[in-house]
Amino acid sequence: MDEVLNVFSVEAREQLEAMESGLMQLEQGDRDPETINAVFRAAHTIKGGAGVVEIHSVEKFTHVLENVLDRLRNGEIEVSGEMISALLLGCDHIGVLLDLVAGGQMEADADTARAGADISEQLKPFLGQRKAEAGKLTEAESDVQREDSAAAVNDCWHISLRFGRNVLKNGMDPLAFLRYLLNLGEIANMATLTDALPDADEMDPELCYLGFEISFRSHASKAAIERVFDFCRDDCELHILPPNSKVEEFLGLIEALPEETMRLGEILVKSGALTREELDTGLKRQSTAKVGADGTAPLPPLGNILIQQNSVQPEIVEAAAAKQKTVSEKKAAEASLIRIHADKLDQLIDLVGELVIAGASANLLAKKSGEATLVEATSVLSRLVESIRDSALQLRMVQIGETFNRFHRVARDVSKELNKEIELVINGAETELDKSVVEKIGDPLMHLVRNAMDHGIESAAVRAAAGKPVRGRVELNAFHDSGSIVIEVVDDGGGLNKDRIQAKAIEKGVIQAGETLSDQEVVNLIFEPGFSTVEKVTNLSGRGVGMDVVRKNITALRGSVDVRTEPSAGSRFTIRLPLTLAIIDGFLTGVGKASYVIPLDMVIECIELADTSANRDYINLRGEVLPFVRLRELFEVSGERPTRENVVVVQYAGQKAGIVVDQLLGEFQTVIKPLGTLFRNMRGIGGSTILGSGEVALILDVQALVSRSAMAEEQKARATQGGRLLEAHGA
Amino acid sequence: MNITSQTTAEGATRLLVEGEFGIYHATDIRQRLIEDVRAHPVLELDLSHVSEMDTAGFQLLAMAKRESQRLGSDLRIVGHSTAVREVIEFFNMVAFFGDPLVIPAGEPG
Repeated sequence: MDEVLNVFSVEAREQLEAMESGLMQLEQGDRDPETINAVFRAAHTIKGGAGVVEIHSVEKFTHVLENVLDRLRNGEIEVSGEMISALLLGCDHIGVLLDLVAGGQMEADADTARAGADISEQLKPFLGQRKAEAGKLTEAESDVQREDSAAAVNDCWHISLRFGRNVLKNGMDPLAFLRYLLNLGEIANMATLTDALPDADEMDPELCYLGFEISFRSHASKAAIERVFDFCRDDCELHILPPNSKVEEFLGLIEALPEETMRLGEILVKSGALTREELDTGLKRQSTAKVGADGTAPLPPLGNILIQQNSVQPEIVEAAAAKQKTVSEKKAAEASLIRIHADKLDQLIDLVGELVIAGASANLLAKKSGEATLVEATSVLSRLVESIRDSALQLRMVQIGETFNRFHRVARDVSKELNKEIELVINGAETELDKSVVEKIGDPLMHLVRNAMDHGIESAAVRAAAGKPVRGRVELNAFHDSGSIVIEVVDDGGGLNKDRIQAKAIEKGVIQAGETLSDQEVVNLIFEPGFSTVEKVTNLSGRGVGMDVVRKNITALRGSVDVRTEPSAGSRFTIRLPLTLAIIDGFLTGVGKASYVIPLDMVIECIELADTSANRDYINLRGEVLPFVRLRELFEVSGERPTRENVVVVQYAGQKAGIVVDQLLGEFQTVIKPLGTLFRNMRGIGGSTILGSGEVALILDVQALVSRSAMAEEQKARATQGGRLLEAHGA
Repeated sequence: MNITSQTTAEGATRLLVEGEFGIYHATDIRQRLIEDVRAHPVLELDLSHVSEMDTAGFQLLAMAKRESQRLGSDLRIVGHSTAVREVIEFFNMVAFFGDPLVIPAGEPG
């Protein structure tokens, strides 16, 4: 797909989103004309863009939507549920067409075309017969306007047009362009100039000699007027002066045009663009100034001349200048947003990663050399590298709100389909996270939201019977929590049925009958492969994608998913994701000769492991039991335990655990390098990084370690419990 | 396009133009108009059977008018079809040709 198509496609999708959210607002009772306008503008922009890149399928189809929206905008029809539904279908169809275009298919295939025709048919009742009448109306108006052109003349554009000689030979007819102009407004006055027509003998009948001076009354922009002449732009000379142009601009125009000054002046006076007095005095001053310029005095600008003779008030000039300034400032503000290809950003992040590693190496060498100035220089350098790293990562941060907003549409469609009333509440839409995470979290999130609406929220009758509000509520929350972002999908439905889950798990052979599981373990069974509790497969969920896929997708992002549920009060799915996938602040530790990095955000404190003699794996931390893991044992590091060991206390998802290491080496900027597929199934390691010395350090997967220690604790507790039971039995 | 020549009761020459008056026949029309304008001190053009007129056709009319003005002869357009009238009106050149425009009954003004 070439560049232009690509840009169009991206913009069209943005406009589609805008359209969709506008339509949903309308459906929810928003009658703000600005909302309707925004929807209309979005449709119009898509249509215009499609026309430019010549995707006629999109252009034609969007035109239908635009017509309906236009009527809506003019208050000719009222917003109705059916209409919004049809328009939303229309949006979807445009999306489908754009997909086809992205796949290199410029025109719709038979099926898609038929689907489009169906939607157009649904929209027909809202179209009415206005189109044809409107066409007639404008024509009639233009006739009237032409006669009393003297009335209001200053509100007209002035268009000077000299067609090129070859315009007819190129198969174009100036008449057609000028008639097309009527679509944008009314021609208040038109003077046809035949001055360039040569004598009969020399005239070539296939060349064009005509010129036009047109006073044009229209609300269209200059660009829109220019666009009328796009096809013959290279072939003609076009000057457009906006309404209320200053006298000097007309004088400038007169000079620029080939005809004689006085003749043009007459035409302008006749068309009402200038008064005779303005013209005469302006011209006179100009010619005297020119004579003066032959001497020593520099030629005063025309604007000054007009001010001197009070033709134009200085304030007006100032106001005009100020206006120009605000316009250019506005343009600058628009330009402050840049579209960048994601690849370029990734490349930048990669480079910054290399820079961090190289910086660490320089730092290390400087420290070894012991030269104070060098150490100072490198520390300044590493501070700067840190800032660069932060801003580079910031570039990739996007708000999650955009992803969340898609679910409004989902909520709407699902409630219609299932005949449930569901309200979607979004909190923390402004929470930022890495773009690559946002992209990948969309599908799992969609699955969870659909599940919550489909399986979570009960039908209205059941809800009413349970004394709950009939309207179900699904919440999407996002917030930051110790170095990770948390996304929650909360519903106030019936909650997960633990007995049914257990029965199903046994039936599917996920667990053995008689196996004792904690409540939490039972609930977590829904994430096991091949698990689905609902007998009836609905249109929404149950497309063969189970919760196991959701979990797989999330763990692939180094995240975790967890569920809490309460019977008849609802469920809460909690997704935890790392903020970024590229570079983190790490805490470097050493065990034996190996180095390990713990994400700094998860580190709470470091303490000395006081009593190393007892062979137990928990300590008393200020009256709290803190389970810990010894990295030396976990990774089977060879060598003797040092006399002093340290415990790094980490926290993840509210759970604390200790990690026992030999040495604490301090903070370290960590560029995450993924481990190869060979290590994919290794637990406890999240990735690797390169130290300043060139050695490799492993990044600990704190989440896995914490849950491991928590699980060990639970098992131990159960074992003791079981032991006691046994003892009781024996007694 | 077809141009036939006839003599009116007053003795003037009248050219009856039928069909398209435009770019496709521009060379022929130009030749015919120049010859007849130069040959006759009074020339009448009956354009009431012109089906279409474009910019090229309009330009030819303007040329013929200018030529007749240069020679001091008289060129009148005695019949306007809707197509012709629309073009001349649109270009705001009714005064240039100076011929009475006959608006056929039954059409909106």
